[in-house]
Amino acid sequence: MLLRLLRRVRENLFSTWYNTLLTVLAVWFLWVVLRGLFQWAVADAVWSGGADACQQARQLAQAEGRPWGACWTVIPENLKLLLTGTYPPGELWRIWVCVYVSACVVGVSAGVWRGLMRDVAIALGAAAILLLFLPFSWAERLWICGIACALWVPMGIGWLARSRIPRGVLIGSWLALPALIIWLIGGGGPLLRVESVHWGGLMLTFLVAFVGIVASFPLGVLLALGRQSTLPIVRWFSILYIEIVRGVPLITLIFMASLMLPLFLPGNIRIDQALRAMTAFTLFTAAYIAENVRGGLQAIPRGQIEAAQALGLSSWLTTFFIVLPQALRAVIPANVGQFISLFKDTSLVFVAALLDLFNMGRSILANPTWLGSDREVLLFIAFVYWLFTYTMAYLSRRLERILGVGER
Amino acid sequence: MSTASARIPFWRDVRVLRVSAQLLFVLVIVLIANWFYTNLQINLERTGIRFGFDFLWTTAGFDISEGIPFEPTDSYGYAFWVGVVNTLRVIGIGIVLATLVGLVAGIARLSSNWLVRQIAAVYIETIRNTPLVVQLFFWYTAVLLKLPRVDESIELPGPIYLSQRGLALPRPYATESFPWWGVVLAVGLLAALAVYIGRRISLARAQRPGFPALWAGGVFVLCAVGGWLVLPQAPLAWEIPTLGRFNFEGGWQLSPEFAALLAGLVVYTGAFIAEIVRGGILAVPKGQTEAARALGLRPLQVLRLVVIPQALRVIVPPLTSQYLNLAKNSSLAVAVGYPDLFNVANTIINQSGRAIEMVFLIMATYLTMSLLTSAFMNWYNRRVKLVER
Repeated sequence: MLLRLLRRVRENLFSTWYNTLLTVLAVWFLWVVLRGLFQWAVADAVWSGGADACQQARQLAQAEGRPWGACWTVIPENLKLLLTGTYPPGELWRIWVCVYVSACVVGVSAGVWRGLMRDVAIALGAAAILLLFLPFSWAERLWICGIACALWVPMGIGWLARSRIPRGVLIGSWLALPALIIWLIGGGGPLLRVESVHWGGLMLTFLVAFVGIVASFPLGVLLALGRQSTLPIVRWFSILYIEIVRGVPLITLIFMASLMLPLFLPGNIRIDQALRAMTAFTLFTAAYIAENVRGGLQAIPRGQIEAAQALGLSSWLTTFFIVLPQALRAVIPANVGQFISLFKDTSLVFVAALLDLFNMGRSILANPTWLGSDREVLLFIAFVYWLFTYTMAYLSRRLERILGVGER
Repeated sequence: MSTASARIPFWRDVRVLRVSAQLLFVLVIVLIANWFYTNLQINLERTGIRFGFDFLWTTAGFDISEGIPFEPTDSYGYAFWVGVVNTLRVIGIGIVLATLVGLVAGIARLSSNWLVRQIAAVYIETIRNTPLVVQLFFWYTAVLLKLPRVDESIELPGPIYLSQRGLALPRPYATESFPWWGVVLAVGLLAALAVYIGRRISLARAQRPGFPALWAGGVFVLCAVGGWLVLPQAPLAWEIPTLGRFNFEGGWQLSPEFAALLAGLVVYTGAFIAEIVRGGILAVPKGQTEAARALGLRPLQVLRLVVIPQALRVIVPPLTSQYLNLAKNSSLAVAVGYPDLFNVANTIINQSGRAIEMVFLIMATYLTMSLLTSAFMNWYNRRVKLVER
């Protein structure tokens, strides 16, 4: 056993003289980086107390002439802002209900459908468990632990009752979920209205990404079909739209939406900043989705269309029942990649003066109390983004394998 | 057939349907555009803004922190041009460095050394999965602004000085003998050209592959080095930055904003390029290398004549879109306060209130840059493609 390990080590690390040199250099690099990181993030770090504890630790370190460590207390102290922005504290339960209801729906579908959905549920639950290692208070940890339970318990129930749950119920609950979430967050009816200026933090990040994904997909498919159309005017219009949008930075589109959209609408129609940003994200992502879908459309063998025509299907029927299902299936991985970058790009909403996760962090850093905690806050934010994008990327790879794309 | 088509009523005739569908489409587009235009007219009248580009010639009245010389008395149009030049500067340097970083990381990802492979994987996976603007902000506030003060700056070999005020690097400058060296270089270039053509002809006559470009390059380098040594004074000398009263003087100064933007763009785009390079190298089947070796090609020839042409075919198209992404992402300079074209245009809008005109200008500029870059890369792609068959 040990011998085999040693041989593996020699093969992989010390096979030639330059390989050995590379290994030594890499070990030295890791030693320097990891030691510095450990010293800063763990050994010298302040884990509890308010802003005062950090100030004291910093002054002490300065007096002794050594570098000071991280001040992690900035995260739990501002957690509410980072996650939900200035959402009224009395109404926070509504967000928790959103999270728990979504978790339950995902969990039950995971139990019934299994396959990739089960991986999603397990990964999300694992992500929630991972969150426990961050410096949260015990009450918050309990809530987070509840998310994992709300995913995994319904998954078990769904698996046990999979033959008794009708298909329509699950699909219906998926369709009803977005409306329920928007109603719960925005209010209306018996619930207190919460204006979109109070939506912020991670919640806003999710909302913008979600609306962008849902709204851009049909638009993108239409544009792709338009680009492949035999009608010249439709085709040229689609090409023009796609190329212009792809040729300019997203930030200019958000800027345009937030600044110029009101100019192009009648004075009595008022749309708030959040909706303007969502419009920009939708218009932007649609162009990229269109290019992905076009790839899928081009990959469909000509024989499929000819066979459909020979069977007497009209061009509409051919498009919707023969071409699109195959094309969309082939481009799912590419589109997931597009949605991952949409999720990352939501951090650009600062152009529209919105405070999502990243920009909430920026405004916290502008607060004199937390001056100098840039590394801590930014690393936390980066970690949250990484957690979600990496999970999505992992699931996309699984999906690719399940669909067998790229193996043909 | 002809009698059957004669009986088809016009509302089911494909030709009529095609034309009418397009007419309907145009009608809808025109109606929407008209609606937007009328609203715009009403809104502009109400706010009293007039549309036009003549404001570009009025005095800007603000300062730009870096770039080509600019005075607050210069015009808005010139201010915008300063921003364009600053953007081009970041894009140019960024593309070169990102390609190098991507190449190294992509090859490291395929290294036979386990540790090197893992380090490259961690780099690629963390950088690709976090937003660029967070990284830029991190580089700016958490790295560059946290560096020591100017009088305590970190000295790296070079000498390169790192401080809160950014980077100070040595800069080459031309001495008195530089024109003579230029003459030597021109002669060397001609000689190299002659050698290249001569080798091409003799190789073609002998009908075997060789390295005419390598020969020509060698001749040129020989001329350049010879000229450098023969001339009584070195044609180029280094201007070393020295610490003045407030900041470094002389040398090549990079502001912290520029350095943060460049570092962020290079590290981010480099991670994406690394994946492309890896994919390109993996896309060349092992059999190709083995077959080339069996045909008796030397390892260097295998790489140059078999692996690289095929890998480039896979690499170039996605690499183009990464370069375009880098160009577009340079607009995030606004997050760190580097005066690129978007940032300057933003200031102009705040001062003059000409939102529509400036947004139009911004978009037109980026579109031009994107189209030029993709035109160039398409041309290069066609050249690389020709190698295929």
